[in-house]
Amino acid sequence: MNRSLNYGEAIREALDQSLSDDPDVVVMGLGVPDPKGVFGSTLGLQERHGPERVMDIPLSENAVTGVALGCAATGMRPVLVHQRVDFTLTAFEQVVNQVAKWRFMFNDQMSVPMVIRMVVGRGWGQGPQHSQSLQALFAHIPGLRVIMPTTAHDAKGMMIAAIRSDDPVVCLEHRWLYSIEDEVPESRYVVPLDEARIVRSGTDITLVGVSYMTLECLAAADMLAEAGLSAEVVDLRSIRPLDTSAIVSSVERTSRLLIVDNGHVVGGVSAEIVAAVVEQAFSHLEVAPERMGFPDYPTPTSPALADDYYPLPHQIAMRASEMLGKRFSFQPIDRGERRLDQPHPAYQGPF
Amino acid sequence: MVEEAIANLYPEQEMRCPVHLSIGQEAAAVGVCDGLRSGDLAVSGHRSHAHYLAKGGSLKRLLAELYGRSTGCTGGLGGSMHLTDLSAGFLAATPIVGSSVPVAVGAAFSAKARGSDRLVTIFVGDGAMETGVVHESLNFAVVHNLPVLFCCENNLYSVYSPMEVRQPGHRTIADLAAGHGIRTSAGDGNDAEEVAVLADDAYRSIRAGEGPVFLELSTYRWREHCGPNYDNDIGYRSLDEFDLWRANDPIEVLAARGVWSQRASDTEEIASEIHLAVEFARESPFPDPETVRYPVLHRSVS
Ligand SMILES: Cc1ncc(C[n+]2csc(CCOP(=O)(O)OP(=O)(O)O)c2C)c(N)n1
Ligand SMILES: [Mg+2]
Repeated sequence: MNRSLNYGEAIREALDQSLSDDPDVVVMGLGVPDPKGVFGSTLGLQERHGPERVMDIPLSENAVTGVALGCAATGMRPVLVHQRVDFTLTAFEQVVNQVAKWRFMFNDQMSVPMVIRMVVGRGWGQGPQHSQSLQALFAHIPGLRVIMPTTAHDAKGMMIAAIRSDDPVVCLEHRWLYSIEDEVPESRYVVPLDEARIVRSGTDITLVGVSYMTLECLAAADMLAEAGLSAEVVDLRSIRPLDTSAIVSSVERTSRLLIVDNGHVVGGVSAEIVAAVVEQAFSHLEVAPERMGFPDYPTPTSPALADDYYPLPHQIAMRASEMLGKRFSFQPIDRGERRLDQPHPAYQGPF
Repeated sequence: MVEEAIANLYPEQEMRCPVHLSIGQEAAAVGVCDGLRSGDLAVSGHRSHAHYLAKGGSLKRLLAELYGRSTGCTGGLGGSMHLTDLSAGFLAATPIVGSSVPVAVGAAFSAKARGSDRLVTIFVGDGAMETGVVHESLNFAVVHNLPVLFCCENNLYSVYSPMEVRQPGHRTIADLAAGHGIRTSAGDGNDAEEVAVLADDAYRSIRAGEGPVFLELSTYRWREHCGPNYDNDIGYRSLDEFDLWRANDPIEVLAARGVWSQRASDTEEIASEIHLAVEFARESPFPDPETVRYPVLHRSVS
């Protein structure tokens, strides 16, 4: 049976069911059992599964990442939770040198079935150290799977798959997705960790969205439709491995590619996608692929500066229409009470 | 009073950045900064407003920063979690817990290497003591005999996580630091006078070249971890505990001793200074994304 759950609730259900199904699953992270429960995604889990399996940790992300690796290499399935990607950087050595390479450097004698959940911040002045979106950093490392589910449905299915996977999976969750609801089955189900999904079909241009930017691409596709242009929207979902075949086959149909990353353009995931499409579908391209994303500087804190930092639907529509040789002027969507640094009007930070 | 004003104005939604208020923890900031000279440096983390002000940072530029204005202490780039006032010797505050500690040690290294008599004070919380980098920094400071005071404000919580789930109960934080061979002391962090005595004592020995000191101060945060509200209703700490600490209010402690009179005229003067700073912030322009400089790199090497 399906019901409407938000992103946080969907992840909580995935964790809850996984904890019930497999005694080797443990969930740990700063604030996991606290009254806020990591934006709702871990609420009630300690009460249901006990403090031995669902636990807070000392402010020691680096060590605990190694601890989780040690657990995983000896048969457990730990899920680590961090309220910001930025905090996980203190554990980057463990993630990159140890977790990612463990299976390889010990010649396949051990596997590392662990999940690292991290939240990507945005808005309300999160600023330079609380709103980075570092998927490209993780995606650079062989040995990691990197996922960014966009919908609550995918979040649940991919979280269950990530926990069952024998590989280390890095899951980046956009803060603004947490309050968004979706139809989510009650049952246990798996969404593949390595497949992009066409979320809207179209014929004139392919828009590839990453995480929250998929929603902005969908809004842009609506605007384009009103102008008589048909955009196909692909939700990337998996950052490593990249589902290049899904993107290439879409571009073979539309001949145009615009990628909207939730991250820096320079050295980013979008460059890898463009490279793959140019390598595999060069002759299908009508125009050069284009990319949108974060500019080449850290996130500023003041809303006056941060509002300008993120691609918006009308800007995406504008860029897409220019690639189609058209000049329309698309208006910013009516946001009502919601300012540009809020996912919804009730959100007043602070975190 | 500054933090109260911020808390009161925050719901107007004009300060659009996370704020970690220091209400309840003022005595540590004031007592520790009291013995610092203007050439000395202070460094802090996410909860830094009191440290910034106690070190002499500009109130106007603090509020302008919270309001996201171009006149703020980082021109709107940093917000509450990234403060600096170099003219006052407040080097930096950054919010990745523990990460500003080695920077403070580096500033102390630089002071020693360059023959200055400057010393550096770094503020950390009890949670920060669980990070590896703080221990690596303590070790470095001891090995190099650096002029640095580590001041740990132990307010019993890291966000909503109590001590029991983070650290063993049979040793203190000062004991933990002492393992590095650093001189330690501990005291009542809600008594500004006691703090000042402990800090002055530390500064005397640091200035005499006797190396770094670690000071543990017990205190308590009144409001929620991040944001303007009280949060005793959400169940992570007891009202009894809160009331106990509230009865030990740093300002009341001084008032009871007659050190601080809370005369209406004094309070009024502070209130009007705060009012002016808020006005200044509100009247200041926002930074303009078209013209603002994003100082990422120097583009050339000469
Ligand atoms: C490396 C890192 N992990 C997690 C966080 C999130 N965080 C911000 S403040 C804080 C608690 C810090 O506790 P403590 O050092 O005791 O300072 P207090 O807030 O009590 O003043 C946490 C976990 C962070 N900023 N950096
Ligand atoms: Mg604390």
